Amino acid sequence: MGKKQIFDAKITANHALSERYSMLTLQLPESVGEMKVLPGQFVEIRVTDSPSTYLRRPISICDYDNMTRVMTLLIRRAGEGTCHLCDLPEGSAVDIVGPLGNGFSIPPEGSSALLAGGGIGVAPLMLLGKRMKEAGVKPTFLLGARTASEILLLEEFSSIGDVAISTDDGSAGEKGYAADNSALSKHYDIVCTCGPKPMMVGIARNARRNGSPCEVSLENLMACGLGACLCCVEPTLKGNLRACVEGPVFNTDMLLWDL
Amino acid sequence: MANCKPTTTGNVNLAVEVAGMRMKNPMLTASGTFGFGEEFADFIDLEQLGGFIVKGTTLEPREGNPYPRMAETPSGMLNAVGLQNKGVDHFISEIYPRIKDLDTNILVNVSGARIEDYVAVAEKLALLDRIPAIEVNISCPNVKQGGMAFGTTTEGAAAVTSAIRKAWPRTLIVKLSPNVTSIADIAKAAEGAGADSVSLINTLMGMAVDVERRRPCLSTVTGGLSGAAVRPVAVRMVWQVAKAVKIPVIGLGGISSGRDAIEFMLAGARAVQIGTANFIDPQVTVKAIEWMADWCVRHGVSDINDIVGEI
Ligand SMILES: Cc1cc2nc3c(=O)[nH]c(=O)nc-3n(C[C@H](O)[C@H](O)[C@H](O)COP(=O)(O)OP(=O)(O)OC[C@H]3O[C@@H](n4cnc5c(N)ncnc54)[C@H](O)[C@@H]3O)c2cc1C
Ligand SMILES: Cc1cc2nc3c(=O)[nH]c(=O)nc-3n(C[C@H](O)[C@H](O)[C@H](O)COP(=O)(O)O)c2cc1C
Ligand code: FES
Repeated sequence: MGKKQIFDAKITANHALSERYSMLTLQLPESVGEMKVLPGQFVEIRVTDSPSTYLRRPISICDYDNMTRVMTLLIRRAGEGTCHLCDLPEGSAVDIVGPLGNGFSIPPEGSSALLAGGGIGVAPLMLLGKRMKEAGVKPTFLLGARTASEILLLEEFSSIGDVAISTDDGSAGEKGYAADNSALSKHYDIVCTCGPKPMMVGIARNARRNGSPCEVSLENLMACGLGACLCCVEPTLKGNLRACVEGPVFNTDMLLWDL
Repeated sequence: MANCKPTTTGNVNLAVEVAGMRMKNPMLTASGTFGFGEEFADFIDLEQLGGFIVKGTTLEPREGNPYPRMAETPSGMLNAVGLQNKGVDHFISEIYPRIKDLDTNILVNVSGARIEDYVAVAEKLALLDRIPAIEVNISCPNVKQGGMAFGTTTEGAAAVTSAIRKAWPRTLIVKLSPNVTSIADIAKAAEGAGADSVSLINTLMGMAVDVERRRPCLSTVTGGLSGAAVRPVAVRMVWQVAKAVKIPVIGLGGISSGRDAIEFMLAGARAVQIGTANFIDPQVTVKAIEWMADWCVRHGVSDINDIVGEI
């Protein structure tokens, strides 16, 4: 794992993708050097100027370019901290700790991969899809959302791989839950998923039925993000493991989920 | 011990001594918030600290409490980790060899459900020559059958202290619970039973409710409050205890800066610990040490020991 760092990054763009989602583009300082980022890793952001945000907020790394040191983050308005981040003007500095956690596995060249994201869970799939493509794996994305206007980054995902869509109201793709999408009816060499827990459980069940290995990215509540406090633990076959160090990505064979 | 080279900035001496344990400066990190130190090695040079206290260690491995184990509260957090740790034998065989050669004080926080367990852990740790002190947690509010009973009565605090005193030859620090009517009385009981020092405060018992789900935020319903929110309570208790005992007092609870550390020292603390604030700024400890040195220069203080208990 690469070195963890603390730095101030500058917001160079802040685009509202819908009422609830924003995409922040950040320029990292030169001091970070050749920062190694694995797809699935996250950063911890300090939200100042907001009395009820004492602890840092964990946010997945959506994309990172080592050459330009440009990072993108996708943020959903969940509460005060994330709303504050979504409203930050261009030019503001944000205090970041990262990269943190492990990452998704990249299968060997020529493998098949399904990357399933629900809502804000699509965030880590961007960098993951790009890295897979570079490794000679053509990913299929499965994007789930409440409604067509909340399908995030469709163009970007389409330029990397095939895209299947599920919406709750049927306004795009198949009507229903992502976990029930027909794209899940076959075997893949790996299924990677991030999103609400019921969705991930559904995806993992389908993957198991088709004999596909499955990795999930968990959003357990975190305090330190550094492995020190043991607040974020997930019960596994090896006991309680820290979602911020041994995760956030876990193979579902390790978890005690009822699949 | 090789860890006595003091931090000096200009002509200011920051070195302190807690009952035989010499420290470069008064800065320690609080148990349960700093892992085994290694978790912070990417951010700071651990050897710049006066010392660090590793997480609560018990005789047998413990899985801790079910998730969710934490809830954020105004300027603080509640935790119900419940002493998850792999046990003292794992610490001795796996962790200690990796950290023992650091040029700083490495303290172990000892927890237990029974007096015999505390004693057994202390006996095992006594064989490690790079552990200058143990901090005995008689106050963790999370474990149902655990430390609470010892820390909330003078008899309980004295009983566990005197038992460990027989098993532990070096500096013995007893960590006090703030969830009591008179913390000074508990401190005096620990002093009378052979403690070399007391540290305070552990977390304050608290509770938070998720009003949308209409359920407690923590799996254990109640948990321990820490962070900036507890600081004024902690300063008051340190001041009261420092007036009541002759042994050195270690102050903690919400310290987030050098300013806060100086506040505790003025109120009577010989050394301080930073806990939850490490989560917010993993470099807070070394920044605070620098600030304290600058403060001494600004105030014409040449030895930080001179300000202890000035209030
Ligand atoms: C590894 C990881 C990666 C994440 N990646 C992203 C991301 O890329 N984009 C994004 O927008 N969000 C992400 N999250 C979730 C994000 O951290 C939370 O939404 C955020 O901390 C909420 O803070 P707040 O102040 O806005 O809301 P609060 O007022 O603190 O909480 C609002 C609601 O969000 C819930 N919440 C709080 N913390 C979390 C959490 N850690 N996970 C899930 N729900 C939470 C609370 O229970 C509450 O219901 C991630 C979380 C983790 C653990
Ligand atoms: C996540 C967490 C775990 C803790 N674990 C322990 C522990 O194992 N033993 C102990 O004596 N205190 C433990 N504490 C209490 C702290 O050491 C400290 O007394 C308390 O948090 C107050 O200091 P602070 O406000 O600077 O964090 C823990 C605190 C937190 C937040
Ligand atoms: S959030 Fe502290 S150990 Fe994971």
